[in-house]
Amino acid sequence: MSGRAAGAERSFEWSTIAPWLRDRGVYVAFAVMVVFNLIFTENFASLITLYNLLIQVTPVLLCSLGLALVIGTEGIDLSVGSIMALSSAAVPLYLGYGWPAALAIALLVGAFAGAINGSLVAFAGIQPIIATLAMLVAGRGLAQIFTNGQLLTVTDPTVLALGQARPFGIPAPVIVAVVAVLVVAFLMKRTTFGRYVLAIGGNRSASYLSGHPVRRTLLAVYIISGLLAAVAGIVATARLSASDPSNIGLLIELSAITAVVVGGTPLTGGRVRLAGTVMGALLMQLILTTFISNNLPFTVAQVLTAGIILVAVYVQKGRGAA
Amino acid sequence: MERQNPILEVRRGTKRFPGVLALDDVSFELKPGEVHALVGENGAGKSTLIKVLTGLYSPDGGEILYDGEEVRFGSPGESQAAGISTIYQEVNLIPLLSVAQNVFLGREPRNRLGLMDVPRMNREAGEILSRYGIEADVTAPLNTLSLGLQQMVAIARAVSIEARVVIMDEPTSSLEAREVETLFGVIRQLRGDGIGVLYVSHRMEELYEICDSVTVLRDGQMVHSGPLADLSRLELVSLMLGRELDEVREGGATSFGEAERETGREPILEAKNLTRHTVLHGISVDVKPGEILGFAGLLGAGRTETAKAIFGADPVDSGSVKVGGKKIRSGSPASAIKAGVAFLPEDRKSEGIIPDLSVRENIVAAALPKLSRAGLVSDKAQDEVVERFMKDLDIKASGPDQPVRELSGGNQQKVLLARWLCMNPRVLILDEPTRSIDVGAKAEIQKLVDSLAHDGLGVVFISSELEEVVEGSDRAVALKDGSVVGMLSGDEVNEGRLMALLAEGGSSDEAAESREGADER
Repeated sequence: MSGRAAGAERSFEWSTIAPWLRDRGVYVAFAVMVVFNLIFTENFASLITLYNLLIQVTPVLLCSLGLALVIGTEGIDLSVGSIMALSSAAVPLYLGYGWPAALAIALLVGAFAGAINGSLVAFAGIQPIIATLAMLVAGRGLAQIFTNGQLLTVTDPTVLALGQARPFGIPAPVIVAVVAVLVVAFLMKRTTFGRYVLAIGGNRSASYLSGHPVRRTLLAVYIISGLLAAVAGIVATARLSASDPSNIGLLIELSAITAVVVGGTPLTGGRVRLAGTVMGALLMQLILTTFISNNLPFTVAQVLTAGIILVAVYVQKGRGAA
Repeated sequence: MERQNPILEVRRGTKRFPGVLALDDVSFELKPGEVHALVGENGAGKSTLIKVLTGLYSPDGGEILYDGEEVRFGSPGESQAAGISTIYQEVNLIPLLSVAQNVFLGREPRNRLGLMDVPRMNREAGEILSRYGIEADVTAPLNTLSLGLQQMVAIARAVSIEARVVIMDEPTSSLEAREVETLFGVIRQLRGDGIGVLYVSHRMEELYEICDSVTVLRDGQMVHSGPLADLSRLELVSLMLGRELDEVREGGATSFGEAERETGREPILEAKNLTRHTVLHGISVDVKPGEILGFAGLLGAGRTETAKAIFGADPVDSGSVKVGGKKIRSGSPASAIKAGVAFLPEDRKSEGIIPDLSVRENIVAAALPKLSRAGLVSDKAQDEVVERFMKDLDIKASGPDQPVRELSGGNQQKVLLARWLCMNPRVLILDEPTRSIDVGAKAEIQKLVDSLAHDGLGVVFISSELEEVVEGSDRAVALKDGSVVGMLSGDEVNEGRLMALLAEGGSSDEAAESREGADER
């Protein structure tokens, strides 16, 4: 008798905890990491530490914003890192025409790569993971061909300012990231486009039968993801004062996907958590810096990250199981 | 029979969900060799009871006795191993495996080398199927069979696992009349073998044909349990609804009005020669404003396919659709919607609701372009629409923010109706709008359709319940194997004539039969 009561109680508690953990877990984990650092890390409570964290997280954050939309449509974009490399390669190549042309072309390259991804998914009906895997491989290869596989230095002061300037004392990459978050949040909250994204991810047939422009929306989502990756590539180039297509954005897609998932956006689509995504990106970066600044082995950070991903995915499944 | 010990018994079963008492002190018994009907409106607690019996939920109170002993199943696997087989509404098998593999899924016969003994499996699967009068190629992949046949395979699989209790959750919802007869043959055989059958269905005719006793649930409570023969249909309906008998009788069998409506002369919708290889063979229909045009036909007759072709959701090889005299682009629901056509799909779950989105977002899904300017959604316009339709259609939800998946089937259907009605459509295509929703919501939807036609909408009404087509329609089209085999209007629209058309109309029997055979492959 008592065994049954306990069993029932436990399943009841789990069914309330799982959604809570899914929606708030990332904030709790972040808070825990902050408290840990306040106690153990020297000079953690300083503006410099905060800015460093924000600057370092910017490329991942930009990519994860685009990925949140893509994942919201039940898709995935593995090519964000390679698109960063492509746009980064475009900057020094076109600086001869002035910085506005170089930046515009870098952005266009990202949008174009995204459009190819989107067309393969929306019109050719190729699975997102395959379509963007092709771009992952081809994109970095192309970037290396453009630059002959070499590291090209960038000296244009306007471009460098994007990574290194501090208007009003705030680092420029942080401003770029905040603007990107606000724009994407506006798209998701206020526009029909945002509704279409959620409807397509939630039930594609229903969305189509409600007259939604399913293909156009999918195309747009991948273009946005490409654009944001291009912005990330430009910021990374500016920080580095160089375009390094072999290394810029390498494996960033994994961090970005992790940030999205840990932030509570399910891989099955139909729901997008932007605040959670931002938090997820910050959490991953904080874990990394914590281990570095305390001289802990990097492998432990990787194991911890893996653990957090498993918990995040598990609580998302919780609804069905409970 | 009365003295026999029950094979399965629930005593004072209780199950709570946050904010809801889904099962409230429910007791009932299932005896061996008995077909026991479990009925009730949506939200009455039928599904919860089944899930408690099969171990998917653990009860919060009360006990379950199986073969006289108290049991607690921790999972559906445990209850199945104990001998309780469940057949769900949706076929729960693997589409790409062969019929035989599906029948033996998880207990495949092995040969001496420990490998799957395919010839033996095929032979035995064939024997099992033919014992129950099911004709199918056991080597064919399951998904090449009609939905009805797939269902029969699921049943054959369930009963071949030495079951002592078989639970069937609306097993006939996707079966043709002929297949229902086969199913009933199977059920009678199960009864003869001393197996207890718990049978959930919304269809009165079936209950009275096959069931011995009945348990009626309402709002999570058991309101009646006893032999079915002691209850008249009207008494049963009134128990389910909790309404007075007079009230039910007054309403008639359906809630369509009797009065004649004004219908326009010029058709608002004209479909000509819709053709799609092997599916539609030159279908032409038209609907006038203020008219309800019924589509009657057996499963696979092409009713849904015709509706989708009209709406532009399925491609056609040839043919045209005009709305108000203007041709609409084929293959584009958006263009049909713009012209004023609305389409309520048959499969609410997979084609209708967007489960994780709120009631509000589901209602305005189709109207988004109208409720926005330059791509920006107007919250004010949106909330006005949502508030009005939630009130007008009496949608029961905790509020517009509740995820639509948490609503009952009937209320989900109302949300979908609201999605289309807020578009002010000129033509409304309803594909099985009252399917598997409770009696109360069904009556409300029938009334609503009637009043919409009064307001001058052209309505296409598809239903597999002949009664509903007859009482609802001004004209009725009989479809068979993708062709129109007859059109009845006015007093001609009655069940007898429709059935005659569906049975004998169209091509010669031989041709029809061979085509049916081909469809099943």
